[in-house]
Amino acid sequence: MGGLLESFLQHCLESVNAIQQKREAAKVYGGCNGYPRAMTLIDLANPTKFLSLTARLLPYLVTGTAIALAISLYLAATAPDDYQQGATVKIMFIHVPNAWLSMFVWAVMSASALGTLVWRHPLADVAAKAAAPIGASFTFLALVTGSLWGRPMWGTYWEWDARLTSVLILFMMYLGLIALWRAVEDPSRAARAAAVLTLVGALNLPIIKFSVDWWNTLHQPASVLRMGRSTLDPAFLIPLLVMAVSFTLLFATLHVAAMRNEILRRRVRALQMMQVCATSSDVSAASSDSQPV
Amino acid sequence: MSLGPYASFIVTSYLITALLVLLLIAWIVNDYRNQRRRLRELEESGVVRRSGRSATER
Repeated sequence: MGGLLESFLQHCLESVNAIQQKREAAKVYGGCNGYPRAMTLIDLANPTKFLSLTARLLPYLVTGTAIALAISLYLAATAPDDYQQGATVKIMFIHVPNAWLSMFVWAVMSASALGTLVWRHPLADVAAKAAAPIGASFTFLALVTGSLWGRPMWGTYWEWDARLTSVLILFMMYLGLIALWRAVEDPSRAARAAAVLTLVGALNLPIIKFSVDWWNTLHQPASVLRMGRSTLDPAFLIPLLVMAVSFTLLFATLHVAAMRNEILRRRVRALQMMQVCATSSDVSAASSDSQPV
Repeated sequence: MSLGPYASFIVTSYLITALLVLLLIAWIVNDYRNQRRRLRELEESGVVRRSGRSATER
């Protein structure tokens, strides 16, 4: 029995040593499985490494976004008029990318929410919190440009139909999330509550997408992201897709920059707490010194 | 380029989009400067991170 226990302990010790050797090897090579790599996914979980990556990445993102936006604005300006809508079709080139991004940003936040709740990734709630104001802006723009397109085409700025109402609910959920982040002071507690709310809110995404198929609505059915070919003529489809890529790049740039700000904000908070602790311990030490012995 | 009878709707759509995107950019840039300034002030007052590294380092 003693021999069995001894061999079991020996086996455990060897396993621990093997794991430690693998970790050391990973440190030496800068990656897992002994493959030397510049930056692994695990490295990205480290906020300092992430800040270093953003410092290198942001100039390229800003340049790429500016070039893409310039090209897409030129394509939108030179696109032909629609035979029915005339020049108002140009509103589509900004309304549709904003509407797509309003849902895409919530999908990004939902993935981040899973990262917070399931894997407790250190940057997941930073990503979610940074994305919320940007997503709210895109949703607001989708609603406003949709209204401005609706007035000449439908004869009304607003109609309480399924598509418009579900997007308005999405906008309110964005505002609710931003309010929640601001209401709870401790970021880790706020992150868990916000993650649950984000995942519940994700149920609205398929409702928005399929609302035009499920209910009678003034809004036209899907014409680009649909089964089969797009119903849009290439003269409109190409500027629209280029603008969608530009807006996605714009989101990526703003999101990375906002995540960097959020990491710095948490460092400020941590240092302020250290300052308060140091001050209060000094005060208590001083008051204990002044006590009569 | 003629925008037809609904030119005001088209121009307003593009202007509002440009304005909000510019506001977002300005807010993010301003926030970045504020956070860097607050970190510098805290470090100058003698508060350092537990790792001992500068909080403003990248």
